[in-house]
Amino acid sequence: MTVFIIRRLMQAGVVVLLMSFLVFSGVFLVGDPVDILISDEADEEDRERAIAGLGLDKPFHMQYLLFLRGALRGDLGESFIFEEPALLLIVERMPATMELALFALLIAVVIGIPLGMFAGFRPESITAKTIMSGSILGFSLPSFWVGIMMMVLFAVHLGWLPSTGRGPTTEWFGIEVSFTSWKGISYLLMPAINLSLFKLALVIRLARAGTREVVHQDYIKFARAKGLSGRRIVLVHVLKNIMIPVVTVLGLEFGGLVAFSIVTETVFAWPGMGKLLIDSIGMLDRPVIVAYLMIIVFLFVIINLVVDILYSILDPRVRLGEIRS
Amino acid sequence: MATLEVRNLQTSFFTKAGEVKAVDDVSFTVDRGQVLGLVGESGSGKTVTGFSIMGLVDAPGRVVGGQIQFQGEDLVGVSPKRWQKLRGNQIAMVFQDPMMTLNPVLRIDTQMIESIRAHQRVSRDQARVMARDALGQVGIPSADERLKAYPHQFSGGMRQRVSIAIALLNRPDLIVADEPTTALDVTIQGQILYEMQKLCRDTGTALIWITHDLSVIAGLADVVAVMYAGRIVEFGEIDDVLDRPSHPYTSGLIGSIPSRNQRGQRLQQIPGMTPSLLNLPAGCAFRGRCAYAQAVCAVAPEVSGGDDGRRRLRCHRPLSDGGLSQESV
Repeated sequence: MTVFIIRRLMQAGVVVLLMSFLVFSGVFLVGDPVDILISDEADEEDRERAIAGLGLDKPFHMQYLLFLRGALRGDLGESFIFEEPALLLIVERMPATMELALFALLIAVVIGIPLGMFAGFRPESITAKTIMSGSILGFSLPSFWVGIMMMVLFAVHLGWLPSTGRGPTTEWFGIEVSFTSWKGISYLLMPAINLSLFKLALVIRLARAGTREVVHQDYIKFARAKGLSGRRIVLVHVLKNIMIPVVTVLGLEFGGLVAFSIVTETVFAWPGMGKLLIDSIGMLDRPVIVAYLMIIVFLFVIINLVVDILYSILDPRVRLGEIRS
Repeated sequence: MATLEVRNLQTSFFTKAGEVKAVDDVSFTVDRGQVLGLVGESGSGKTVTGFSIMGLVDAPGRVVGGQIQFQGEDLVGVSPKRWQKLRGNQIAMVFQDPMMTLNPVLRIDTQMIESIRAHQRVSRDQARVMARDALGQVGIPSADERLKAYPHQFSGGMRQRVSIAIALLNRPDLIVADEPTTALDVTIQGQILYEMQKLCRDTGTALIWITHDLSVIAGLADVVAVMYAGRIVEFGEIDDVLDRPSHPYTSGLIGSIPSRNQRGQRLQQIPGMTPSLLNLPAGCAFRGRCAYAQAVCAVAPEVSGGDDGRRRLRCHRPLSDGGLSQESV
């Protein structure tokens, strides 16, 4: 187990290094921030000084090496716009995004698995067919449009939920969270549902496919032959087996949920990392973009590791030592 | 009173192509401590007969007729609640493929304890002790450790022992064993057969042993029922049937077993295939493959010789030395 984790962390280091180069050179190619940052009225001397101040006068490879040197000390550069460490800017906004993503995941699992299992047990019923058709909508409707429609319905017409922003927050182990009050939840609800729709559809399909496969296995028939209650068969024998694919896919998807909450955050003006990224791209704020992408890479690597460990807990046939790369 | 008395059992599957009569007019009895061998080719309805007795026939199939008298209670049409009480408690089943019958993500102790606690009011610790004893009973060494293992840590033979141990947990009156040794190698097969036989003799449990292999039940069963195309074609005491088969099909099955005395001779085979149950020919289902078939076989044969219950036959043209009706061939 320990050897496995150490090996995985070393591999993760290589991945992060490679990604840092790709990200850095990619952002370098996108455009020159000088055009946006420095006003046209500035004279040549001011211009030169500003460029040198931002470190943009050096050649690409020097800039990259300087970035790496800083990164090793935990310094991913300073935002051109806010003149604050980029990492700090992102970490400040991280709890809001994490809260949103975790709630979306929770909704997807808590609603998706029972619906999917039902559809798997009674595939011919009208309810199952309705669930499955609904999941197609979840897959295919664009997230921003659904977000706006939800706002029109629940915020404007019915007035049940606030339309945008984040509710009051309280501090919880040093992290600002908003789900501790009903008001906070009312702000959280719509963006979280909006973000979860795609994953919800995915979980329904996975749970249904898993259930359909598992119910025909001999061990389910044997469980019935043992005289177990239907409840125990469904909640223990079937559920534990279908959790294996669900956890794998959801774990990997969670990274995506965090990284691509951008659309939902923009629509609902949720003050998270995604919105910061969009603003930074607009301003060509290189250090923030790079830092953001590096954090996302790091997040994916960690999630992969956690999924592998979870997997070995769920499926006793998998031993961590045997997983390659 | 017999432990199990099956009378005119009919189980059908209602498919899009039509009704498939997987089990048609099957009758037999099993007494306390008795072993019944249910023999037939693939698709002869022997497994469906077993599932019917367990109430485990899934849609689109269902029991459409007959009676399953278990200790005087007719099980056809009893409520799911009643089935749940009976299964695993008074009637247990051992499945064919030991690799598939244990849930891969649950530990052996979980799967054994849940089975005990579904039927008996005992604490978890008491149930664990019972589970350990049951594992010892089927010859699994260091049962305490093995309880904590997962199914994939066992070999096929060990897994089958575990599922037999699970079947024995609540001391059932009847065990339906569906080819439990087919997937195992011959030495393990012998051990398991020996242990099952001993258990039945010691505890008075009735056993139905489903198999396609006559040689397996030759030393195990007391009585044998030979099934063909959903019907029992011959029924009798095992030695009697094996020594003097009356039905041409039984004789064909016996002839196709390789044995030492036939060294150098060609094995006999039964020509043709099992007919599709969807459109069985009228008359005797074996007619197309039978060397003795005559015009009379176009009419379905009735059961004969069933009065004393010792030897029953469903054939117009029994073999002359079969001992029932002395018609010459």
